[in-house]
Amino acid sequence: MALDQSFVGRSYPPTAPYEVGREKIREFAEAIGDANPVYLDAEAAKALGHPEVIAPPTFVFAITFRAAEQVIGDPQLGLDYNRVVHGDQRFAYTRPVRAGDRLAVTSTIEKIKSMAGNDILDIRGEVHDEAGEHVVTAWIKLVARAADEEA
Amino acid sequence: MTAKIAYDEVEVGTELPAQSFPVTRATLVRYAGASGDFNPIHWNEKFAVEVGLPDVIAHGMFTMAEAARVVTDWVGDPGAVVEYGVRFTRPVVVPNDDTGALIEVSAKVAAKLEENRVRVDLTATSAGQKVLGMARAVVRLA
Repeated sequence: MALDQSFVGRSYPPTAPYEVGREKIREFAEAIGDANPVYLDAEAAKALGHPEVIAPPTFVFAITFRAAEQVIGDPQLGLDYNRVVHGDQRFAYTRPVRAGDRLAVTSTIEKIKSMAGNDILDIRGEVHDEAGEHVVTAWIKLVARAADEEA
Repeated sequence: MTAKIAYDEVEVGTELPAQSFPVTRATLVRYAGASGDFNPIHWNEKFAVEVGLPDVIAHGMFTMAEAARVVTDWVGDPGAVVEYGVRFTRPVVVPNDDTGALIEVSAKVAAKLEENRVRVDLTATSAGQKVLGMARAVVRLA
């Protein structure tokens, strides 16, 4: 069943702030095998002009995806998450995420399309810091495969 | 932001040093913990097969993170990345053995933009097949 087009443009309330920890950044950098000192060592980060260790570019996904789950799990939208795959992902940065940031995400449904029985949902997550300054915007495209594919 | 590559030193077609990234089941378990993505298709073979996959597959976001390293290692400061996007076209299948899979990433400068920015186009393959499409980063150079 196609998703309701009237949800396009709908925004959800900003999430409670996520506090970015130094050790969480370290854990993530180690998990992707990236030993760039700018992720691990505040002095190395300062040498490049950052006030604190920064996070790898895709680190913020965990935060924006959690915010997108508000949309995905919205019973009124009625998306069947069991059929969903991650289609596209994109980020546009005003500045890198860094340790100590308290980040809130506002999710908006940007587009809903139906193609060959698949539902395609584009969600934009605007990430702001505690001062209200823009840090990064994340776009996620989710594809819910047609239900009869499994039959 | 302190890129170590100067805008004037690169041209359209300039290749970034290519890299290969091994990924085993242990890598995926670790990434699941670090990223908070515990979808069982990334660690439970039985579940993966039940939902129609050939085997456990890597997190798309893991592949995206590895591909980014070709750009961030080149430019020096990851803070120089202005935009980054990919399409997940094929899964990286990770067998349950000591070798796992290999993600091979190459990249080249595709366009010179204003304000010292360049667009870098990436190619990521595993087992000889492209796993990312439309993989592009915009980077601000020195």
